[in-house]
Formats: sequence, structure tokens, C-alpha cells
Amino acid sequence: MVPSDLRYTKDHEWVRVEGKTATIGVTDFAANQLGDVVFVDLPVVGRAVDQFATFGVVESVKAVSDLYAPVSGQVVDVNGDLASKPELVNSDPFGEGWMIKVELGDAAQLGELLDAAAYEKLTAEA
Amino acid sequence: MAYGPHTPADRQRMLAALGMQSVDELFADIPEGLRSSPLKLDPPEPEQLLMNRLAGLAGRNRVELASFLGAGAYRHFSPPMVDQILLRGEWYTAYTPYQPEVSQGTLQSIYEYESLIAELIGLDVVSASHYDGAAATAEAALMTCRAAARRRVLVSQAVHPHYREVLRTYFAGAGLDIEEIPLVADGPAGGTTDLAELERRLAEADEPVAGVLLAQPNFYGLLEPMAEAATLTHAAGALFVAVVEPVSLAVLAPPGAYGADIAAGEGQALGIPPQYGGPYLGILACTDSLVRQIPGRLVGMTSDVDGKRAYVMTLQAREQHIRREKAASNICTNQTLLALAASVWLAALGPHGLRDVAAMGAARAAELEAALASMGVARAHAGAYLNEFAIRVPNARAVHRALLGRGVLAGLVLADAVPDQPAFADALLVCATEVTTGNDIATFARELGAVLGGETAGGAFEPAATPAAANA
Repeated sequence: MVPSDLRYTKDHEWVRVEGKTATIGVTDFAANQLGDVVFVDLPVVGRAVDQFATFGVVESVKAVSDLYAPVSGQVVDVNGDLASKPELVNSDPFGEGWMIKVELGDAAQLGELLDAAAYEKLTAEA
Repeated sequence: MAYGPHTPADRQRMLAALGMQSVDELFADIPEGLRSSPLKLDPPEPEQLLMNRLAGLAGRNRVELASFLGAGAYRHFSPPMVDQILLRGEWYTAYTPYQPEVSQGTLQSIYEYESLIAELIGLDVVSASHYDGAAATAEAALMTCRAAARRRVLVSQAVHPHYREVLRTYFAGAGLDIEEIPLVADGPAGGTTDLAELERRLAEADEPVAGVLLAQPNFYGLLEPMAEAATLTHAAGALFVAVVEPVSLAVLAPPGAYGADIAAGEGQALGIPPQYGGPYLGILACTDSLVRQIPGRLVGMTSDVDGKRAYVMTLQAREQHIRREKAASNICTNQTLLALAASVWLAALGPHGLRDVAAMGAARAAELEAALASMGVARAHAGAYLNEFAIRVPNARAVHRALLGRGVLAGLVLADAVPDQPAFADALLVCATEVTTGNDIATFARELGAVLGGETAGGAFEPAATPAAANA
């Protein structure tokens, strides 16, 4: 079961909105598919990210994948712990494995994302 | 098993699958003028006659000259064991193994190359080699743009002119800016990079600088203030690239000691004979924090399932077979056999031997300076050099030509190498290494004195009549 309070992309990123801040990471499904994550390349604070455009790269022992932003906004925080502990993406993808926080530009963009039920359906079919 | 190229029927089937009539249609996207014309070859001739003809052509090479030519390619003694090891058939596998872990021997040789160069340069990571020094330098400049997410790079005019040309080619294609930092005109720092100008350019806020490139020793043989340049560069949030000649690092401070983030250079000097057109060896190294930006192969050491030492290709996510168009480079190759040659040469000499090579070159160059000075020919610059320096010679091109007729290759005519630098209109760039003999130096000084004295014995010194001088 994925958390019901989050929104999801078809590319397996999640977003949690608290006030104007949107926290972004990848789902447990993505983490399992990737295998052991060894490196996460994230943008610097202050950079703008666009909805559905790449904002970083996640590298595991067997694959490299681009990260796609669920929403547009300016990066206000980056999870620095991932530099030394990329395995947090595997052990706690919805918690300590978060990647970036952006200042949400347009809340209407959330309407273009999947809710938990729709995302579970997507991964059940995968 | 039948082994042969495609039959006409094979080709027809492939063309039919592509919906094409002729092979030429595959090349329709290439402008007509850029396509190769048919090779116009002479009719076949017997192998023995061909060998004679080629031997005759090879005989026209002047190998007996007392040579003082360096300018980016340096002669060094290479013990016969280097070639002997290179000739072993085991090395002639794919230059980059594609089932790499099966080729433990090749991987070990690459790992040893990386380790030796890392020790010499004083940086953490060394790639498994690049095409040549110019290509490695251009890759270093591109690394600074990716790492800093900026588009502007500054390069000293005392970086080799060929390297700067390659930089311009790479940067034009990538839509990035490359700007040249001029040199100090005269005085104690004459011929080195103008640090005041560097500081001014770094301060231009509208387009922040990604990286700064200086060469050590520089193209004119002079020692640059690398530590100061690195400090200025870092203060502007940019990365510092040292373009180095590896043998010099046995006696000069290594890039890691003065804060370079990246080092690039030509590895030919590591016992590889100077050759027209190569193959040469591009060296590229960086700090650990830039490891994901470095292009090319990296080999690491690990343990296998039985706990035994094993070598593996590592961090391949940077590379084009994994990352396609997002790879750290799609225009890099490696030179494994040349990297092996450099490793064997370094191992054969050892750290003390390498220091001797560098120190002997410097000593020979000092002798050369004194011998030339005794003929009234002075250096063009006042600053410190290692084993190469520029001299002022009136009618440099004609004198260089006259000396060729007297058995001396008097270095490089700087007016040909850097025509955009009026300061070097009448100058030669000369170098000495441990293979330069006292006899060579005496010959150079004597013949130079004779040529400058207006002596025309040998009939070679007729400046007005030489085509090169007429064009000048």
C-alpha cells in the first residue's frame, strides 16, 4: 500500500504538499525496480524545475534513471543525507529517502497526477 | 563456416528491407562536397618492389639531425623492455574490452596506469586514457561546464595552440564560450599568463566562468604561477584545470598540490616515440568530487565472491553504452596500448629514474641556454623554465631553414605556431631532454653562430631566396 496522502507520476515519483512546499521522492516500487541505489544526482537549491521535466538522476548497481518532477517550482531544499547514504532511497523511500523540496508554483498541476489508488493500479499492471 | 563480406544478393535484401535502391542513398544526408572521391590508386605491384619504394620514402626522413624540437612532443630514452612487453600478443585484444571482467590482465594494466598517473599528478581519479593531450584538455574544459552548470571557460594563450584549436572546435559544437587570457608582454613575468587580466575576466558577473585552463610548463616552456591562478579561479566559484607535461611532474609541484580540480595532458613523453599524427595518449585526472563528470573508462579493484582480488570497470553509468546521449562524453576513446606503454616505461624507470630524466633534461637545457648565449643569442623571456625556452633570433624562419642544411633541427619557428602573436615574430622554441648530447648542443651553437655570422658555406642561408622567407 502506498501512502494515500501523496500524489504520484507514471514515472514513479511521489509528491507531498504541505502548505506551499512540495516534497518529492521516488516510490517503493521504483526503489525495488532499481535495486541498490548508489548515487543520487540532485539539483542545487534555487534552481527551477518544470513539471514532468528531469530534475536529477538516480543510479543503482544495475541502472541509471532520470528523475521527473511531479510539479513545477523552485528548489528550496535538497536531501543532503543522500550524498553519503543513498541507500535511504531503498530503505525509506517515502520518508528519509526524500529528494528535493520545491516551492509549489501552481497547485492546479496536482490535478494532472495520480492518486494512490490510480498509482497502485498502475504498478499492479506493471 | 563460410566467411566473407556481403554478397550482392545480401546487399539487395538489406536495401529492400530499408526501402532503398542503392547504397549511395544511405549517404544522401552527407553534402556532396564532403563525400570522399574514389581512391585513385596505382596498379598493384609486387610486394618486394613496394617494400623498396616504401624504404626509399622512409629514407627521406631526416633522423640524423641534432634535434631541439619539443613543443608538446618530447624525445626520451625508452628501454627495450617497453617494446618487448608491448609486442606480446596478449595485449592485442579489443582496446576496450566489452566483456571486461574476463580480461583481468587488461583491466589490471589499466588499473596500474591509473594508479601511476594518479600518484604523479596528485589527484584522486584518472580515466583509462584519451585520444591525445588536446582531446583530454577539451574534455577537461567540458567537465567544468557540466560540474559548474556554466557556459564560459577561460584558457591561457600559453596553452598549446593546437589544444586551443581543439577547444574551439569542441566548444563551437556545444554552444559554449571559450575565451583566451593574454600573456604578460615583458618583464620578469613576460610570456606567462596575465593574472590581473584573469582576475578581471573572472569578475565579469553577467556570465560566470565555469573553468580556467593554464599549462605547466606553458607552451613557451615557462613556469606559470599555478597556485595563484587556482586561488583566483576558486574565489570566482570556477574550477581550475592544469594542462601538464607528465615527466615534469617528477620535479615540479603536481596539480593536486596547488589546488587543481582537473589535470589534463599529453602522455607521449612517457616513453612513447614522437610520431607524426600519433598515436599519442591523453591523460585526464580529477578530484573525487568530480568523478561522475569524468569521461572515459575507469577501472577499480575489488574482491570476487571467493574474496580474491579482482578488477572491474566501474562507474559505468557515466558512459555512452549506458547513458547514450547523456553520457559524460560521446566523443572519447581510449588508448589502452599507449597507456600500457606509459605504465611499463614508468615502472621500468621508477620514481628515482623519472626524477633523473626530468632533472637531466633541465640540466641539458641550462647548458643549451649558456651555449646559445655565448653566440649572442638570448632567451625571449626572463622567467623560470624547466627544459624548453624561446630564443630571439633575427630572421628566425630563414635561420631555422639554414640550420636544417647544417644538420640541426633548431626547434620550432614560433611565427608558424602562433602567427597571431607579434611578440614571437622572430623567435624559436627550443628544448632539451636527457637524450640531448653535449655534442648536439655544441653543434647547434657552432652552426647557429656560423649562420648568424653571415657565413654561407653550405649555401643554405639565403633568406631572400627561400620561399618561406618570401612569404613572411
